[in-house]
Amino acid sequence: MLDFLWLIPLLPLASAALLMVTAGSLPRPLIAACGAGSVGLAALCVLLTGLSWAHDPVPRQMELWTWMQVGTLRPTIGFYLDGLTLVMMSVITGVGFLIHLYSTEFMEEDESLSRYFAYMNLFVAAMLILVMADNLLFLYLGWEGVGLCSYLLVGFWYRDPVNGAAARKAFVVTRIGDTAMALGLLLLFTELGTLDIQQLAELAQGKWQPGDTTIVLATALLLGGAVGKSAQLPLHTWLPDAMAGPTPVSALIHAATMVTAGVYLIARNHELFLLAPPTLLAVAVLGLLTLLLAAFTALNQHDIKRILAYSTISQIGYMFLGLGVGAWSAGIFHLVTHAFFKALLFLAAGAVIHCLHHEHNIFRMGGLRTRLPVAFWSFLIGSAALAALPFTSGFYSKDQILLAAYQWPQIGPWLWAGGLLGALLTAIYSFRLVFIVFFGEAQTEPDRQPGWRMALPLSILCVASIVGGWISLPLAEALPATQSGHPAAAVEWISIAIPVIGVSLAYLIFLGRQLDLSALVNSGLGQRLHQFWYSGWRMDALYNWLWVRPYQFTARLLKDEPVDLAYNGVVHTSVALHHLLSNLQTGRMRWYASTMVGGLIVLLAVLARAG
Amino acid sequence: MPGLQVPLEHVLMMAAALFIAGLVGLMVRRNIIFILMSLEVMLNASALAFVAAGAHWGQADGQIIFMLILTVAAAEVSVGLGLVLLLQRRFKTLDMDNANRLRD
Repeated sequence: MLDFLWLIPLLPLASAALLMVTAGSLPRPLIAACGAGSVGLAALCVLLTGLSWAHDPVPRQMELWTWMQVGTLRPTIGFYLDGLTLVMMSVITGVGFLIHLYSTEFMEEDESLSRYFAYMNLFVAAMLILVMADNLLFLYLGWEGVGLCSYLLVGFWYRDPVNGAAARKAFVVTRIGDTAMALGLLLLFTELGTLDIQQLAELAQGKWQPGDTTIVLATALLLGGAVGKSAQLPLHTWLPDAMAGPTPVSALIHAATMVTAGVYLIARNHELFLLAPPTLLAVAVLGLLTLLLAAFTALNQHDIKRILAYSTISQIGYMFLGLGVGAWSAGIFHLVTHAFFKALLFLAAGAVIHCLHHEHNIFRMGGLRTRLPVAFWSFLIGSAALAALPFTSGFYSKDQILLAAYQWPQIGPWLWAGGLLGALLTAIYSFRLVFIVFFGEAQTEPDRQPGWRMALPLSILCVASIVGGWISLPLAEALPATQSGHPAAAVEWISIAIPVIGVSLAYLIFLGRQLDLSALVNSGLGQRLHQFWYSGWRMDALYNWLWVRPYQFTARLLKDEPVDLAYNGVVHTSVALHHLLSNLQTGRMRWYASTMVGGLIVLLAVLARAG
Repeated sequence: MPGLQVPLEHVLMMAAALFIAGLVGLMVRRNIIFILMSLEVMLNASALAFVAAGAHWGQADGQIIFMLILTVAAAEVSVGLGLVLLLQRRFKTLDMDNANRLRD
């Protein structure tokens, strides 16, 4: 199977091509079978690959052909397979297949089913290229491919201009990061003369000492790309708006796979980042700030999908924190468990939205525990894993990250404390969601129940969200080990206790009502704080003021092409002169004679004066 | 030289007056026949100047040039009258200002 590695991205790509070429003329069951089946087959291939790789777990490189050769630049179409790639491939095809299966029911009534699956399959293919590429340029191809598919799918229901605006925002904001990343690639290529990831790591270690300016700059530029794609500060504003797309899209692209591409990029190039301690520090600090900021925002949202979106930003913040403090495999571990439980949460939210006439506001739900049992249990398990309650998958991965943060020298304990605060908030907002949506009094009656194609992926993801923490990932060869050492028992106990405290608080506030915060919330300061956090710390307004408005102002100024005024002036003057002269040609003989006489008189007068 | 002696200056002034009369006629008249007549006047004014100058210097050149101008004037009138006929046939008018199609 290892020789047929290229088959894995090819299957969804071929399906996407087929669906695009037929443009919806296939019968609908065939479209669904083609869309979900191709990803299922790819998942099967990944499984077989993993089994045969397990016999001989060494990294291997597979070069299909040379993409192009320009001077010394010789990127290949080639794949690199090691533990990290395998983990990412499994997540993409495994979770991806479940989401595709779910989509066949969720999108059943949509008129452009074929377009939907074409984009989704194209996305899976691009994402697979991203994680399997053996050089950074090929990786960049996948990177831009997933960006394109994200744009297409966020704006999937393009008849509503709001969705189009959200899609454009997602595209433009991530493009800022992508530009930084492209600059990083150029810098690495000028310095090291190659873009092959393994060669880069070797050459960089020979060329630079840790902390050299060039490598710090190069990794900072790569980090810019990762920050854009993974919706971290300061480029996180696109993700909440990207919820305009269909819910399975949010589950696949904006929770499980694409937004974690930044984490993968940093982990894949960890040799480079290890040479740049300042960048790593920036990764950790950015992650911490993002996770806190997003957690506060999530606590104040009304829209079920926006809560999950901010929670995704927050959880990716944890992954960045993990990478930044050198807990490489813990970061990737959290990526995997997060893919399980966040996909589960999004799909469960999708089931709720699907059965409640596209209702998004959590305060118009309520009491769904008995009415939508499948969604309830899925949501409960997903939220438990998100809140990192003990013995769920999220607990193991988040715990590893927090412990590694605690052991990080210098500001480690501060990072740990921040992470703990984030964990507390995570527990509160996730169970606030559960309590408000599924308990209390019913507001809206569901008009249908999820069918088996929705229930089955939910059940599988439920199991994965619980047992996902017991899987041991084959990352030992691919990523450097975390510094070992046991922190004080108190530290471990605190990180176990925090989520439990958070859930209890959420219970007391939102369900039991023993803890009445209404006085605090309704006070002037409370209201203002709520508004401030509801708007996402006014980041959108800030960017609007800082970038969008000046840009639009400049665009308005330049609309009439002031630079061309000088050139146009020349044109207008010569046209005017031309008209002046052509008006002299009247065709009237007497006029000609008179002007001749006039000219003659002038000439004679001049000659007479000169004489 | 026997007979009445007219000073040269008077003759030249007479020629200049004739020439200007012709020129003004050329500029203000719209009827093509009058324009042709004005041209004749101007030609003859210059011919007069030549004759007077030839008489003054006692040389035959003035008379010869006069003969030349007479020939030119005859040729010009024949061509001019042809144009008059064409103008009349095509535009049904003798007004020169109507014949301005060359403008464009």
